[in-house]
Amino acid sequence: MILLIEQVLNGLQYGAMLFMLASGLTLIFGIMGVINLTHGSLYMVGAYCAASAVLQSGSFLVGIAAALAGAGLYAVVIELAVVQWLYRRDHLYQVLATLGLILFTNEAVSLIFGRRPPLMDIPPFLQGSVTVLPGLDYPLMRLAFIGVGGLVAVGLWLLVNHTRLGMLVRAGADDREMVSALGVDIRRLYTLVFGLGGLLCGLAGVMAAPLLAVEIGMGERVLITTFVVIVIGGVGSIRGALVGALLVGMVDGLGRAYLPQGLQMLLPPSVADTLSAGLVSASIYVLMAIVLLVRPLGLLPARS
Amino acid sequence: MTDALLQNAATPVLAIEGLRKSFGALVATDNVSLEVGPGELHALIGPNGAGKSTLITQICGEIRPNAGRILFEGRDVTALRAPARARLGLGRTFQITQLCPDFTAIENVLLSIEARHGGSFDMLSNPRRNAAHLELARNWLDQVGLAAQGDRTVAQLAHGERRQLEIAVALARQPKLLLLDEPMAGMGAEESMSLTRLLQSLKRRYAILLVEHDMDAVFALADRISVLVYGRVVFTGTVEEVREHPEVRAAYLGEDRPC
Repeated sequence: MILLIEQVLNGLQYGAMLFMLASGLTLIFGIMGVINLTHGSLYMVGAYCAASAVLQSGSFLVGIAAALAGAGLYAVVIELAVVQWLYRRDHLYQVLATLGLILFTNEAVSLIFGRRPPLMDIPPFLQGSVTVLPGLDYPLMRLAFIGVGGLVAVGLWLLVNHTRLGMLVRAGADDREMVSALGVDIRRLYTLVFGLGGLLCGLAGVMAAPLLAVEIGMGERVLITTFVVIVIGGVGSIRGALVGALLVGMVDGLGRAYLPQGLQMLLPPSVADTLSAGLVSASIYVLMAIVLLVRPLGLLPARS
Repeated sequence: MTDALLQNAATPVLAIEGLRKSFGALVATDNVSLEVGPGELHALIGPNGAGKSTLITQICGEIRPNAGRILFEGRDVTALRAPARARLGLGRTFQITQLCPDFTAIENVLLSIEARHGGSFDMLSNPRRNAAHLELARNWLDQVGLAAQGDRTVAQLAHGERRQLEIAVALARQPKLLLLDEPMAGMGAEESMSLTRLLQSLKRRYAILLVEHDMDAVFALADRISVLVYGRVVFTGTVEEVREHPEVRAAYLGEDRPC
């Protein structure tokens, strides 16, 4: 029971991080129709900016500001310099250009921040753990991560469904030409959405930096999983990104804990160990395959 | 004051001068000149492939002409992009209806009102809470005869109702020129007639450039008609003149067709 709850919390925390990345990616992919492989790099930029700012200032709040500013600004620069010229192009051009940007960003980050991975401590006010249940102490930093994920979900829901900006963004997703005929410069709207995606990446970066290794290539690893999340949830849908992120987080968390145990009961230990190691890392892809078999557009597609 | 008014009245809302657009060897717009005066309903007709759509996309600013100028209320807008022209007062509807399918009718009109009230300061305010805008939106829906359909989504509206809604969306932007691209397309006789009545009620209040295949509607509505054939304006005149013009009959209406 303790293990179950702990793994559920781990799943929630992983899901919260995936949601911060996937919500931006799904907006960019679903609304602007751009496959943006640099999304993971924005997360890395956020983490590096945070780690470096905390190292120099000693303040976690400065770290948050640096991560948001760094990733948000870098996103806007990328959009203006590269991505905005590719909206009408085939996806292949977008993949090639943004893949190039990954390589560029990796090199740029190691030039600016150095090759040695920076370390970032958990800020003092988030250190230690909380007794969630008798016998289960859970790290405060991870709980905070879950809380921030929840806030982001509520904030995005309000932004998309109850603001002028959200209305224009949703209209732009439905009908680019009409919005442009109404006198709204859709290019500026897209830049704004891209920047918003960058901010969310930065937020994920600063929250993840004390928990994970801040290093070159951290973005690519999480990028694939993020794409799995938006495919499961349905491209273009923030609600879908939330559901997908939680599902993937849970499957990953619970799979790690229970798959090896389950297989050991069925199979000889040597076979069970190899098989479970493989199955754990494959589990989210199996989940994606099952979801796509039942609902080819994902669980909650933006438009049915 | 009177002079200013007179001069203003003399300035066409839309003036196209020597417009030319070619795609390789294909000349889609060939030295087209055309004027729409204040309050005028000017119809543009022509057979399929005459270059009507290419001309419209140039007027709206989606593609650039190779030569010539487009003047909007006397101001050269040839270099402006589509959103900038819309902000100057060029409203349009599309050949294929362009509305947000998941939005309700009133939300589509609200979107248009919000777009007009630009200003990025209150990007975070809730448009559905703005009582004044809601009232305005209801008014526009009422004008096009959709007062009762406000809360239905576009997906639930009939084809003819979507056309009406598209006009309401364009009107809510408070345009000075309405560019209607085949509004009757795909409509039954009944729907066409009710839309003709709607356009009749808008006539004189807006300068309108109407591109349409439905000759009954064109002849009933137009002050002047321009006939486009192979990218060139072969004739511009009143309804009677167009009906009688031999070249027009040959080129577009077909000699055998009784007019």
